[in-house]
Amino acid sequence: MSIWEYANPTKFMGWTAPVMRAAFWLAGLCLAVGLIWGFFFTPDDFRQGSTVKIIYLHVPAALMAINAWIMMLAASLIWVVRRHHVSALAARAAAPVGLVMTLIALFTGGIWGQPMWGTYWAWDPRLTSFLILFLFYLGYIALWEAIEDPDTAADLTSVLCMIGSVFAILSRYAVNFWNQGLHQGASLSLDKEENVADVFWIPLLVCISGFVLLFIALVLMRTRTEIRARRMRALQARAQRA
Amino acid sequence: MIALLLRDLRLAVRAGGGFGLGLAFFLIVVVLVPFGVGPETELLSRIAPGILWVASLLAALLSLDRIFALDFEDGSLALLATSPLPMEGVALIKATAHWITTGLPLTIAAPILGFLLSLAPEAYVYLLVSLLLGTPALSMIGTFGAALTVGLRRGGLLLSLLVLPLYVPTLIFGAEAVRRGADGLDPTGALMLLGGITAGTVALLPFATAAVLRINLR
Repeated sequence: MSIWEYANPTKFMGWTAPVMRAAFWLAGLCLAVGLIWGFFFTPDDFRQGSTVKIIYLHVPAALMAINAWIMMLAASLIWVVRRHHVSALAARAAAPVGLVMTLIALFTGGIWGQPMWGTYWAWDPRLTSFLILFLFYLGYIALWEAIEDPDTAADLTSVLCMIGSVFAILSRYAVNFWNQGLHQGASLSLDKEENVADVFWIPLLVCISGFVLLFIALVLMRTRTEIRARRMRALQARAQRA
Repeated sequence: MIALLLRDLRLAVRAGGGFGLGLAFFLIVVVLVPFGVGPETELLSRIAPGILWVASLLAALLSLDRIFALDFEDGSLALLATSPLPMEGVALIKATAHWITTGLPLTIAAPILGFLLSLAPEAYVYLLVSLLLGTPALSMIGTFGAALTVGLRRGGLLLSLLVLPLYVPTLIFGAEAVRRGADGLDPTGALMLLGGITAGTVALLPFATAAVLRINLR
């Protein structure tokens, strides 16, 4: 028995139901703990005041916006190589979630940027590459919507996802070349010196796990919906023929 | 391959003014900008590199949906797919034909329009070189986008949504090279990266384009 058997739609529907429920509960718990801890029980930053606390939404959302695209890329590759329909549907399901994460990151960044940098928006490399990522998500979703035949749509969008990934990375470094920006360096890195202070660090980790769990739960839910929709279409087609 | 290239060129020149259309569009966009931002020479010369690059990008975009749409409708694309010529070759030839009918005329016309926008005199040579290096990438990426949307009835708008984000790196390096040339800085870095993008897209995107065409012809 290999792991690919879990991709069988019937099996998938079976095992994802409890996983999704657990992920939703855990995500709710993590986000409640992380956000309340972050918002009310951490000290204000000595330079940024209380605005620093938006980091508990901004950083996890930004992280998931990128990870969602990576997950879509992995799912597209699995679809191209092994042709598991659930994989293509999962890629389709993840796109709107990633889009919303990108929007959350952009908006929270703007709200934080107004008191700190004196502007909601600057043509900074990181901000700009997120805007470009947003456009990539839009194009990807639009292509899914535009094509009627589900297999053709899955094939074309997976090619777009792969090519898009290359260009997204390319744009990320191209904008670096174009403008040196305002955005600070990585908040999370293996290098301890660069990291945020420990007081903010632990609630941030809790929030990030909450966002990861929320992403998993949402993608599972949307994938299950897609599978049900496809089954319904199959049933309707059969009813029409009979 | 050469026969296909000549056929595409002939079709572009003879059928329905697709050849001059991109060029005319380029001219109109560049002429409209001073009406929008005002006639001050310093302002115009400062934004001229960006305007010229954005306008040539839009002009290239305008003729993209013609690359495969007509061939797809009358069935010649299916014939090409069954011919001994590999699909990758077809993709490359289509992109080349698009470049010769759009990118090359744009490159030649750009210095004249740069004059209209009072571009700095030092920047002309870099404008020419950057467009010469960058427009093949625009054609190749556009051919990929056209292949993606060829089976769709109203693919035009979707095509621009898909292709424009892919144009971002090319635009950044191209406009940056001209801007640095205008400011008297060294634009070699930007030009080399631009050439790198073109080389990479021309080497790799024909495969993606061919894969997409095969899916669409299935």
